[in-house]
Amino acid sequence: MWDYSDKVMDHYRNPRNVGKIENADAIGIAGSLACGDQLKIYLKIENNIVTDAKFQTFGCGSAVASSSILTEMIIGKTVEEVKKITNKDIADALGGLPPEKMHCSVMGYEALEDALKDYDKSEYEDLYDIMEPEQQEKIVCTCFNVTENMIWDAIKQNGLKTIEEVTNYTKAGGACGKCKGLIQDIIETYYTKQKAENQLSPTQRILKINNIIETQISPELQKDGGDINLVDIKDNKVYVKLHGKCSTCKNATLTIKRFVEQTLKTAMDENIEVIEI
Amino acid sequence: MIYLDNNATTKIDETVLEAMMPYLKEEYANPSSIYNFSKRASNAIKESRGIIKDFINAKDEKEIIFTSCGSESANTAIKGVLNYNKAKKHIITTKVEHACVLNLYQTLEKQGYKVDYIGVNSNGDLDLEQLENSITSETALVSIMWANNETGVIFPIQKISEIIKSKNAETKLFVDAVQVAGKIPIDVQSSGIDLLGISGHKFHAPKGIGALYINSKTLITPLIVGGHQERGKRAGTENVPYIVGMAKAAEIATDSLKYELNEVKRLRDKLETSILKNIYNSRLNTGVANRVPNTTNIGFEYVEGELILLHMSDLGICASSGSACTSGSLEPSHVLRAMNVPFTAIHGSIRFSLSRFTTEEEIDYVCEQMPKIIEKISAISPYQDELAALKALKQI
Repeated sequence: MWDYSDKVMDHYRNPRNVGKIENADAIGIAGSLACGDQLKIYLKIENNIVTDAKFQTFGCGSAVASSSILTEMIIGKTVEEVKKITNKDIADALGGLPPEKMHCSVMGYEALEDALKDYDKSEYEDLYDIMEPEQQEKIVCTCFNVTENMIWDAIKQNGLKTIEEVTNYTKAGGACGKCKGLIQDIIETYYTKQKAENQLSPTQRILKINNIIETQISPELQKDGGDINLVDIKDNKVYVKLHGKCSTCKNATLTIKRFVEQTLKTAMDENIEVIEI
Repeated sequence: MIYLDNNATTKIDETVLEAMMPYLKEEYANPSSIYNFSKRASNAIKESRGIIKDFINAKDEKEIIFTSCGSESANTAIKGVLNYNKAKKHIITTKVEHACVLNLYQTLEKQGYKVDYIGVNSNGDLDLEQLENSITSETALVSIMWANNETGVIFPIQKISEIIKSKNAETKLFVDAVQVAGKIPIDVQSSGIDLLGISGHKFHAPKGIGALYINSKTLITPLIVGGHQERGKRAGTENVPYIVGMAKAAEIATDSLKYELNEVKRLRDKLETSILKNIYNSRLNTGVANRVPNTTNIGFEYVEGELILLHMSDLGICASSGSACTSGSLEPSHVLRAMNVPFTAIHGSIRFSLSRFTTEEEIDYVCEQMPKIIEKISAISPYQDELAALKALKQI
């Protein structure tokens, strides 16, 4: 039995906003019957505000709950606000979902994204007519029709790191498993790209480390009547000086190793070494 | 609570529990010991072995070994036969076997065995022609379930044995009888079976006890090596109370066979007929004939199985589903896929499995509630046009 939250159970038992909106301003679809779940979402948009939303879902308890809560989340919001909603927001609103069920929240996000595309299209219909037809998105998982973009979004929004996590969130790789190599490639490409984007200049790096020490580490040490300041940085070695109670405390080395170093490692990179002078 | 998931596990019969109690309390002796105190324990095992022998009509009680579960029986049988004669590298099974056998075969494939998987038709019946054509001089073992756990479809074991032996008399036949024990009569001799596994908790004994029949002409390399218990075929101190419990359960099951074949079947048929009649988007996923008396597998079109089970559970009704979502596997049941159940119904397939403890009132309640549940779920389905078309079709 799944460990569903009370909120999930409430929403599949009493789904809100079920049905169809005739003359909807936008309709979004995600999933398919063959894949085991499908969500259709209908939006009524007036003066850039979602005034009504309804859904129809073929799927399990968490799929219905994700759809139901999504309609509640978007009614009354502006289109811009709605565009910012991610699958994580849907899962969080439900008080979390079991890992294997995260793809239900992703389906909600995808249907919403599809509806917003549909809305933009109707707004700028003339413009779309003269544009080149959209390039077909590259399908990675043929069993569940999952595109590269869908996997990319799921990695980005949820910080996914393994193939298994990608399968839990998007279903990709969950059937024949042939696309697992491709999924691994996408994960690696994403993190290589992210690392490149995060590459700091030497000055930026010093400023960032100093900022972490001042805002995250120093306040914690101050609570115990001590303090810390940055002295120098050479490659991965960060030299710091301890003050007050910390400088005479027997546990100082331990404090530095465990807390200061871990904080910097998490925020910066794994190779950082902290040395007290 | 209404428990209609007896193919998953069953309630322990009170009489079984009573029979076990002395061996959980005062009769705790190790049956291998020398003193008089251990006599009662070793006699209890001997007597139980005799009861299990009769339960499946084996020739000799030496052909019965006790195991911890159905999976252990299957693993001991399959690995035991293959390891005893490592020269032969071909094995045959079906596409619809239980996961414990299928996963084992996938491991064996990696170790260099060639495995043929026999398919089924849309009724769930085995393709006997494919079976016949697959057997070669290299075939060490054929392993086939007697009845499928999800559909209840019975395979013609005697005929299968004849086919196998006529093509290769040395090929061994292992039958996974977990889903038939206590539901239909088992006769290993007239059915031509070499090895057969059963599991106690499927016929009102507790979990953690099973048995394996190995006929006297079949030799195996043991899976669990250690002491001399079970004639060296399965080491480990005997689980006396559970062995006694399973034997008691087998005795009661034998006495209840008539009730299973008549009463349980009548209730199953009542439930099945009522659902198929009153719910327009329902379909029977199997043929009507050749099934164990307690099982029915029904597909509900354009609705999803887990959601059906959750709504049933809210009313205290327990059943199970071949839907992907219930297992977390993302793919629907391999059994229903092998049968080519249409994808409109495969995700909404529910297995109801009754037992001799199921009452008429319970079935009436389920018959009354199922249409309401399916109607409620159908109402939120995005396939309203398809559902309307299906409804119109059924009304004609």
